Formats: sequence, structure tokens, C-alpha cells
Amino acid sequence: MSETALDVRDLRVAYRTARGPLWAVDGVDLQVHPGESLGLVGESGCGKSSLGRALMELMPPGGVVRGSARIAGQEVVGASGSALRHLRGEEVALIFQEPMSRLNPLMRVSDHFVEAIRAHRPKVAKEKARSMGREALAQMGIPPTRVDNYPHEFSGGMRQRIMIAMGIVLRPRLIIADEPTTSLDVIVEAQILDILDRLRRDEQMGMILITHNLGIVAETCDRVLVMYAGKVVEQGTVEQVFNTPKHPYTRGLMASTISLETTELHSIDGYPPDLVSPPPGCRFAPRCPYRMDHCTDAVPEYAEPEPGQLAACYLYPGAGAPVPDDAPQPGSMEPSR
Amino acid sequence: MSRLRRRLEHAWRPFRRSSRTSRVLIFVGLGIATFFVLVAFVGPTVYRYSGVQYRVEVAPEEFESLPQLAPPDDEHPFGTTRDNFDVLARVIGGAQLALSVMILAVAFGMVIGVSLGLASGYRGGRLDRVLVTGMDAVYAFPPLLLAIIVSFLLAAYIEPGVLSAAGAVGLVYIPQYFRVVRNHTLSVKEEPFVEAARSLGAKERTILGRYVFFNVVQSVPVILTLNAADAILTLAALGFLGYGVQPPTPEWGYDISQAQSDVASGVWWTAFWPGVAIVLLVTGLTLLGEGLNDVINPLLRARGAAGREIGEPPGDEDQSDRDADAQRDAEPIDSGAENR
Repeated sequence: MSETALDVRDLRVAYRTARGPLWAVDGVDLQVHPGESLGLVGESGCGKSSLGRALMELMPPGGVVRGSARIAGQEVVGASGSALRHLRGEEVALIFQEPMSRLNPLMRVSDHFVEAIRAHRPKVAKEKARSMGREALAQMGIPPTRVDNYPHEFSGGMRQRIMIAMGIVLRPRLIIADEPTTSLDVIVEAQILDILDRLRRDEQMGMILITHNLGIVAETCDRVLVMYAGKVVEQGTVEQVFNTPKHPYTRGLMASTISLETTELHSIDGYPPDLVSPPPGCRFAPRCPYRMDHCTDAVPEYAEPEPGQLAACYLYPGAGAPVPDDAPQPGSMEPSR
Repeated sequence: MSRLRRRLEHAWRPFRRSSRTSRVLIFVGLGIATFFVLVAFVGPTVYRYSGVQYRVEVAPEEFESLPQLAPPDDEHPFGTTRDNFDVLARVIGGAQLALSVMILAVAFGMVIGVSLGLASGYRGGRLDRVLVTGMDAVYAFPPLLLAIIVSFLLAAYIEPGVLSAAGAVGLVYIPQYFRVVRNHTLSVKEEPFVEAARSLGAKERTILGRYVFFNVVQSVPVILTLNAADAILTLAALGFLGYGVQPPTPEWGYDISQAQSDVASGVWWTAFWPGVAIVLLVTGLTLLGEGLNDVINPLLRARGAAGREIGEPPGDEDQSDRDADAQRDAEPIDSGAENR
């Protein structure tokens, strides 16, 4: 299993706006290995969901995807309609937020399964597809007897589990979970995360978890990508990013969450930049407490302050400019927790 | 067998849960409509005269004209016209024509309107722009004027008859279906479940056919029944103005226009009976439409049921029936607790 489940190179996503193209995702590289879980965090509008959708070419009208994204070796960007249809559901499953309205209210749950399965394997008999659906539902803890019910007869958590069951019934290589638990309560959230975790281990599926909930990421992910204004500002293992965040934005993000040990809550001053005309250089510079003069000159490259942990910040050697002696050192920064 | 029964019960449920008013509306409307269907399609086989008959063959090669403007009596229950026709036979023939034209016109308008609306709403872009503008132009015409123009145009290609009349009447309704279906399609295609289906690899055809279409068609039946009533009126108006089917085909509007001069001389029956027929059928179809609207639209239905709940004291026989019904619906999560 050395083949990557997902290999993204220089992915860019743009939306057409009246003022010109808005680059919601601007040059992202990432890899997901089979059985690995990657967390994608960042504030609203940083391009997390756009990235998730771009990986399936599910763009709304006016959306453009550039660069390269290979799922199990197959290129997604610019793929033909039939190739995309083949990929969706078969190789990659997208689990959405707001599960309440993701099922066709006029179709029984079993019909959803039959349709999803037969769209990819037309030769599978209806009965067979139905029993596959029952099996997948049972895996999610939904009694198979309820397979012939209509969506409105299920609760939100059950509907989300049904969506997951539909996503995994064809055993895709990659699951993209876009805020899968946003509208659900904590108990259901724990159940769903547990299911996703189990699937990942048992079936060796790669998983991308898109969320702004850092707790979920800490709990379920192996690696984390922190996005800000369309760019990845920091990535590393969960331990690295959570215990020793390097990028000032990540530090701010960590400082603005509540945990058992927090005594103070901090917020990041300012607002995310306008992506139609982003600020020059480091996009976080206008809000950064450690801003230096050369931060706005050029986009920082990825420095590797610790093995495996990358941060796009001039505070660390290797970002493309020498680090001044008086630069604030990581140790002298605000305690993050 | 029991499966069929369950299906029927399921289909029946909205009716049972609707308010009494809408049930009365439906049954009165349905009764009138059924009556006219019987009159139109069974009547001719039972009644001794036909709508275009002006004389009877009393002996081989020997004819006797029907009386002119005879008042209603046993021989001619609705009387006869200036052209020696039997009024009852004309009314029966008119019913047949009206129903056939109505069905054809509504089907024509619906099929074209719905499919254009779906295509326009789903595809969007230039096609949508063109169709919406076109439909607005059609809608801007006074319906009757449009129907007259179309019936003129159609007369150049096909024999004026049921088909041409249905075409002229039906064209007027296309924009109504188009608008409703297009707007509904626009909103349904943005529904999250459509995107979810796409993310699971559904074909566009499947999405349009199974996801969009069935979520859109629910708004069609109501327009359909109301249009049906309107179609009768439009056809009668066309006939009255002389642009309907070819005379002497029995047609209510045409008959009334022929009877205009009779009324002044005290002959009331030639205009009265076709007029009554028009009023009755249109009323019946409208009642049916309004009632169906209540039943099909769950919001209106809930309002009706709630009103009934408050209006009736507990212990009413009807109430227990509803209780059981609610219980069955609420199972198994909440066995009828909402009623206590």
C-alpha cells in the first residue's frame, strides 16, 4: 500500500466575481496515504470546503479548478464527465455537512443505495444492491429493517450515518468529510467520528477531515493542515501542530480555543483578507503580532523548524529570508494553552 | 393483495386527514365531473337523437323534420332550436366535445410546459433566457386573443376540429406550467441532495429524472385542475365568437351565440341549457381543483386538520378515527402523544 490515496499538487480554485477572479484555494500541495487521516482546519472562508469540493470537481457554476489532484493515481482536474462520474462514489466519497437535506425526500433509503450502487455497477441486481445497502447500514448501527423507510423518518444523526453508509458502500479509497458533525450533538458526533475512525483502520481508506473544530482533529487525525486565506500555512503531525505550533496564525488559532487548561481566551485581531486582491507577501502579515518589515515583500516558503513540520513563516530559517537576531523566538511567544 | 390494500390506504390517507370542507369540495366536484363524463360518453348511446340530427326517417326514404323552436316536452325534454336540432342532444354532444378538448388541451399544455420548464430551469444560460422571454411574450397576450390567433393559424394546416381547438386552447396554458416548473426547478436543483447525488456519481439524466422532476411535479396537479375549468370557458368563448370547431358540430358556446336572437322572442331553452352545462361543469372542475389543492398541499391540509381538532369536542366518533390515524403515523417514536 505505498500508492497515495490522494496526491494534490499546486491546486488552485477560483470563483468568478464581478471584481475579478477570487482564488479561494491558492497553490495547495498535500498527500494522503491509505489509512491515514488528515485534518484540514482554518477559519470560515479560508478555502477548506472549496478544496474538498475541488477534489471531486463538484464546482458550482463560475468555479474553476487548476493544478493537479490525483485520486488513486487518476487525475481529477480536467477529467471528462464520465471519468468523473466513475471516480465519484467509487474511488472517493464526499460526506457533507447539513445531513438533514442530503437525501431525496421522495426516495426510500434503499432506493438511494440501489441507485448509487447501480450507477457504478449496472450489472448488480436490485436485490443484491439492496442487501449491500442493508449491510452498510448495519455497519453504521442502523437496523437493516429500516432500509425501506423514507429520509424524513430518520433523525439527523441517522441521516448522516446513512450518508456515510452510502459513501462507503462501494469501498472508496478516500473519504472527504466536510464538517460531518457540524449540526449534530456531541454524542452523535462521537459516534460518527468513531465510525469514520474504524473505517479508516479496517478498510485502509484515506480520509480528509475538513473542520474548524480543533478538538475533533486532535482526536481523530494523524496529520493536520492549517489553512489561511487559501494557502496552507502550517502542516505537521497532530502532536507537533497542537503542542508546538510554529506559525503565528496557528498559535492564534490554538489560543482562541477553550480547553480544560485554558485560563485566558485570545482572539486574532482583524479580519481575513479580501481574496480578490490579497495582501502582498505573507497573507497573515496584516494581522500578525510578530510582523517584520520583510514579511510583506514576498510569499514565504515552507521552513521546516522541526522534521515533518512545515510552516510558511519568516520567523524560521529556510522561509526565503534570513531571520533577524531580534526576531521573537518560539519560546518567548504567548503560551498557547 | 394486502400490499395493494396498503397502497390504497396510503394513497387515501391525505384525503382522510384533510379538512371536511375540502373533502366536500372534492366530492361535489368529482360528482359533477363524473356526471358530465357519463352524459358525454354514455348519453349518446341512450338518447334517441344525435346532436346534428334535424330530421327523422319515419319510413324508408321518407323523412320528417324535427320541430323548429319547440318548447320542452316529453319528446324533446330541452326543446328544439331554430335549426331543428334537439337541445338535449346538442348539450350531450357539446359535453363530449368540451371534455375531449379539455383533456387534450390540458395534456398538451402540461407536457410542453413542464418539459420546457424543466429544461429551462435545469440547463439555465441562454436557453433559459430565450424561453423565459418567449413565455413572457405569450403570457402578455390576452389569452382569448391568443387562442383566436392560434386557431386561425392552425386552421391553415389542419381541419378545424377537436385537435385544432385543443391546440389553440392548450397553447395559452403552456406559460403557466412553464413558469411554475422552471422556478421550482431552479430551487430544487440547488438542493443539497442533488449535489449529494452528483457526488455519488449519478448521471445528469438520473438527477433530472429522479431527483429534480419528482420534486417539481407536485405543483402541477393544482394548475392542471384549475386549467381544466378554464379550458372549458376558453373553448366556449372561442365557439361563441365563431372560432371554435366547425359548425354544426355541437358546441356550447356556438349554441349560445346561435340562440341570442331567440331570447328576445321568449324562447329561453335554446340558450339556457348549454349555459347551465357550462356553469355546472366549470363549477365542478373548480371545486375539484380547490379541494385537491387543499389535499395535496400539506400545509393547507394541516391547517384544516388543526381547525377540526379545536372545533370538535373530544369523544366525537370522527375524532377517534383520527386518533388511531395519528397514532399509526407517529409510530414508533412517539405513539400518539401529540394528541394528548
